[in-house]
Amino acid sequence: MTDNLQLNAEGKLKHFLTIEGLSKALLTEILDTAESFAGMSEHQVKKVPLLRGKTIVNLFFENSTRTRTTFELAATRLSADVINMNIATSATSKGESLLDTIRNLEAMFVDMFVVRHALSGAAHFIAQQTAPHISVINAGDGQHAHPTQAMLDMFTIRQLKPDFSSLRVAIIGDILHSRVARSEIQALNTLGAAEVRVIAPKTLLPAHVESLGVNVSHNLNEGLKDIDVVMMLRLQKERMSSALLPSESEYFKCFGLTEEKLKIAKPDAIVMHPGPINRGVEIDSKVADGPQSVILKQVSNGIAVRMAVMAMAMQTAAPAPGRFSGIHTIPGDKSGVA
Amino acid sequence: MKILIDHGRIIDPANDIDRVGSVYIKHGKIVSVTDEPAGFKPDTVINAENQIVCPGFIDLSARLRDMGHSRKATFKSEVLAAAAAGVTTLCLQPDTVPVIDTPAVVELIKELAEKARYPQIYAVGALTQKLEGAELSSMLSLKQAGCIAVGNANQPVKNLLILRRAMEYAASHDLLLMFRSNDFWLGNNGCAHEGAVATRYGLPSIPEAAETIALAQCLELAELTGCRVHFGQLSCKRSVIKIHQAKKYGLKVSADVAIHQLHLTENDMTPFDSAYHVLPPLRTEDDKHYLRQGLAGTTINSICSDHQPHDLDAKLGAFPETEPGISSLETLLPLMLKLVAQHAITLEQGIACLSANPARVLRLNSGALTPGFSADVCIFDPELEWQVNSENWKSQGVNTPFWGQALKGRVTHTLQAGKIIHRLF
Repeated sequence: MTDNLQLNAEGKLKHFLTIEGLSKALLTEILDTAESFAGMSEHQVKKVPLLRGKTIVNLFFENSTRTRTTFELAATRLSADVINMNIATSATSKGESLLDTIRNLEAMFVDMFVVRHALSGAAHFIAQQTAPHISVINAGDGQHAHPTQAMLDMFTIRQLKPDFSSLRVAIIGDILHSRVARSEIQALNTLGAAEVRVIAPKTLLPAHVESLGVNVSHNLNEGLKDIDVVMMLRLQKERMSSALLPSESEYFKCFGLTEEKLKIAKPDAIVMHPGPINRGVEIDSKVADGPQSVILKQVSNGIAVRMAVMAMAMQTAAPAPGRFSGIHTIPGDKSGVA
Repeated sequence: MKILIDHGRIIDPANDIDRVGSVYIKHGKIVSVTDEPAGFKPDTVINAENQIVCPGFIDLSARLRDMGHSRKATFKSEVLAAAAAGVTTLCLQPDTVPVIDTPAVVELIKELAEKARYPQIYAVGALTQKLEGAELSSMLSLKQAGCIAVGNANQPVKNLLILRRAMEYAASHDLLLMFRSNDFWLGNNGCAHEGAVATRYGLPSIPEAAETIALAQCLELAELTGCRVHFGQLSCKRSVIKIHQAKKYGLKVSADVAIHQLHLTENDMTPFDSAYHVLPPLRTEDDKHYLRQGLAGTTINSICSDHQPHDLDAKLGAFPETEPGISSLETLLPLMLKLVAQHAITLEQGIACLSANPARVLRLNSGALTPGFSADVCIFDPELEWQVNSENWKSQGVNTPFWGQALKGRVTHTLQAGKIIHRLF
């Protein structure tokens, strides 16, 4: 059902809710489409008219700066109209209010929802309930999935290390609570990575984690051997108060990425982080700002990947690579010239 | 009022009867299942040809909502569902609104049951005041008002000292404790089984240990206090093993399983389909297998519906925020028959798990077609196929994962104390 819900009758992307159930070909199509948008940001005129006249609602039930901003930029560059809605969610908020919010926005003739929600399955629920012409993009639901983050990371990896089949990737930190980790693991396995390894203490690993298709290590020094890509995860402060970890300093000692530890990985390994970074908790500043870090590249790539996903989900024909190299004059597009 | 049930295949496990014959009923009681009583002139004859006649079903755990939750369901709507399911006696869990912790609430329930013309609803009294798990309820008064047992529903008892004292007090008044094993802290507000599926979908999860640890603690206290304990709604393999060992050891304990646990597992959960949101959560194939074996080997002696009707809104939302529970009375019989068709249990065992055995747990003189017993009878057609849809459904709650499915086996008549409370055609 997951796959059916996401794809239309022709097998094209309709909603983007999770990586699970999507083919390697489709993920590659997303990456290729993103590639065609990637150069745009450096041009003087940063807009294409692909989604002109479309209304996109950023529906954020959970706070986010980076994700929401890149979604907004992506939509704007596709010439869509964007509405940002930050809806503070409370523990008592019920399904009917979520559904009522959706119904009300539907009544305003919107075309796409970009949804972030604190509960797993929220984006699925909205995709199931919403009017058939509306596309839903999951911008993170609970501990379930964050598929655009995974795709922008795949995009970043592919730019630097194009052959997935030779890659060993380590994901380090709070796998248990991480929607990013789940989507990364699915994307890497679908794209055929040689190995995905998770490194964390048992308290931060979900039950049967190996069933996700990963190898497990509880030791950073051992786990980093032969690794091409190091993916760090953010450690939330509340993990200490809920007795999952003793202290930030002990965590840093065991699982924090320092220059010294990074040397255990392959010499040309890249370091990634979905942000925001806790410097000195999961990663040392010298590594975060160091030559092997691609953290800011990830942020930039977020725009192109989100443009690609939005364009594809709205069934807009994907532009051929390189089409926008001379983007200054797009006939009829006056909006971007101002 | 005299009723003759004619030509049916009578299956009465308590009396070891399985043959075609007639059941004679007079003044609300079973008169005979063998010979025609002298001068018996029935006012009503029910032709039960090609049907099975058995004791009315006794459901050890149900919620009828009403009072505080009448938007979900009412006694009126749910007793129709119970009657259509062949259920003639049901135990109401104490987590009603208000909680069943005073005789006044027990009286109110009796009144509602009378009004709904379905008197055989037994209240399970709260073990602790307001189910808060801190102070003992007035168990003797609750018993005198008519409570058939005590329990804390799905609410935790604050600590083992309070549970010990509650069990000692219950034992003093020879009250049965109906215990749902669940360690609140280990449960950690989860909504799915801690396994591969919850991990894939990022759902807050509940380990088996939440059940087995609470169960093991209660078994120890059962020995210490001498309290009779019935363990409700087992969900996993290790619980079955523990009950089996305890019985072998000589403890006076019994156990039931909710019907859906015998059919569904975590793998059946369509991603994020709230119809499958139930507590205890649906677990693994291995657990299902052991629960079925426990039933066949009488470690688990009863099947309950664990009926929990909900309004539509309760199930509309992201999976973790939806309310747990399945509206399950009306699928009880066909799902039991499916176990028989799959050779998990015999038909006689299935009927016993729904009648004679729960009657024994509750120490009721019912669950059998014994002369002199109240004429609680279920007549069903084991071959009749029907679809779970609004046309055939009586419960106000349509929250079932079996919605839309075709099931085999349907109750045609239900008699409660000699009164026909359901007739299909």
